[in-house]
Amino acid sequence: MQATKTPVLEAVNISKSYGEKQVLADVSFSAEEGEFVCIVGPSGTGKTTLLRTLSALGTANSGEVRVNGTAITRPPAEVSVVFQDYSRSLMPWMRVGKNIELPLRRYKLSPAERATRVTEALRDVGLEHAKDLYPWEMSGGMQQRAAIARSLAYRPQVLIMDEPFASVDAQTRADLEDLMLDIRARLGVTIVLVTHDIEEAVYLGDKVIVLSGRPASVSATVDVPLGRTRDQISTKSRPDYLELRAKIHAMIMQSPSSVSG
Amino acid sequence: MSSRLARLLVPALLPLILILAWWYASAGGSSIFFPPLSQILERFQELWLFALVPEHVVPSLQSILWGLGISIVLGVGLGVLLGLNGYVATAVNPVLQFLRYLPAVALLPLAIQLIGIGQEMRVTIIVLGALWPILLNTIDGVRGISPGLVDVARSNRLRPFDWIFRVVIPSASPQIFAGIRASLAVSVILMFASELLGASRGIGYFILEAQRQFSLPEMWSGMILLGIIGYALNVVLMAIEYFALAWHRKARI
Ligand SMILES: Nc1ncnc2c1ncn2[C@@H]1O[C@H](COP(=O)(O)OP(=O)(O)O)[C@@H](O)[C@H]1O
Ligand SMILES: [Mg+2]
Repeated sequence: MQATKTPVLEAVNISKSYGEKQVLADVSFSAEEGEFVCIVGPSGTGKTTLLRTLSALGTANSGEVRVNGTAITRPPAEVSVVFQDYSRSLMPWMRVGKNIELPLRRYKLSPAERATRVTEALRDVGLEHAKDLYPWEMSGGMQQRAAIARSLAYRPQVLIMDEPFASVDAQTRADLEDLMLDIRARLGVTIVLVTHDIEEAVYLGDKVIVLSGRPASVSATVDVPLGRTRDQISTKSRPDYLELRAKIHAMIMQSPSSVSG
Repeated sequence: MSSRLARLLVPALLPLILILAWWYASAGGSSIFFPPLSQILERFQELWLFALVPEHVVPSLQSILWGLGISIVLGVGLGVLLGLNGYVATAVNPVLQFLRYLPAVALLPLAIQLIGIGQEMRVTIIVLGALWPILLNTIDGVRGISPGLVDVARSNRLRPFDWIFRVVIPSASPQIFAGIRASLAVSVILMFASELLGASRGIGYFILEAQRQFSLPEMWSGMILLGIIGYALNVVLMAIEYFALAWHRKARI
């Protein structure tokens, strides 16, 4: 080990093929404690494939994923995933409170402690009033908040999110983006968020990892020196924000193999 | 408003018309096989409200409830096991389909030979017929679980117990209930059939005895009772389903 701290999450030379078709080629990156890392790439690049490998829901053909320096082979307690399709990620037969409680059942917590965790998680995402609602009684944005609360309730170190706001309206999306910044700031959780939206990646990330090519590899890692406090209006009108956005856009456009896709 | 009333009244109307038709058609009848409905209902009241209920209705209901209960436990249990192991389910599917279409009444003689003519035999026969719809539907339901939920369960590292009882079974419950409904109909038939052979109590036995003694009004009253019981059991099941699957109904809107 070097003198630097061990990254919380580290992907080392991940390669993955579906049959003949190689999707990922030697993808490597790391996320430090409390860092907000955005992985950006066009649709079909292999972002979901990468995410499934990072959370050990899928296996790579080669390479490894390390959590706090240890290679993982099964979904680790330190990592939690928020899925893209929120409407199919909550159990429709359970109220929101029960949904959030479900993963907690494996831990040795008293019923009172469990209830406290649920209440806190709901408060963290601004859903204090929604504990007794069923998922299908809530809007898409609320459902995604509930899914985030379920992940937070067992206090993972890393939150992995796959295009979590791709199917909500613009205002809800902005609210949820700010919620994630706020959660990172308050809870210190490391967030790895996958998106095809360059604007979102630059707005949220401390670091943007550009995934491109077929098979996909990391074509650039871009630091985003915009500070940790961001604002939908003022940050997005800063010249350095606009410049970064244009730069990443150009990188993705230039990538020769994504032109055809 | 009036259309809602009509929707409630019309389904009630047809049975009423049929009963009235029966009443008048049989009223002055001279056929001993079709005694007047008034006489049948008189007998019905004497026998089934509630003089013979402990002797004949209770054992029949017990057979059905035990048979159906065991079928549910076995069918859901095995169905979850097989459904979660898709390869095994595919492998045993032809056998299950064969067993499903083998009429359980055909096993009655063998069951009597092996188990005798007690209630165990009747419960066994009911299970042999009622198990299959529940088992096959549970397998289908479990295999149809959304891959998204499988991911959620794995990444949240649910305990196997919670995975099965709080995710897999609820997710398959619409199909499981459809299976139970089919099994209920089978159970009523098998309860009746098994009581025709070597029983000394039960509605089936009563109807057969009444026929042997040419007590036709009694026989008819037993048949009506059987219909009412089947109908009532179905209503109870539908009510349970209505509440248990409220999420399923509403989540679709
Ligand atoms: N289970 C699978 N089997 C075969 N090909 C797959 C599978 N999952 C994804 N792919 C293919 O891999 C490529 C990357 O998919 P994916 O990781 O979903 O991309 P993204 O999330 O960036 O849109 C796509 O071309 C897709 O068709
Ligand atoms: Mg994807």
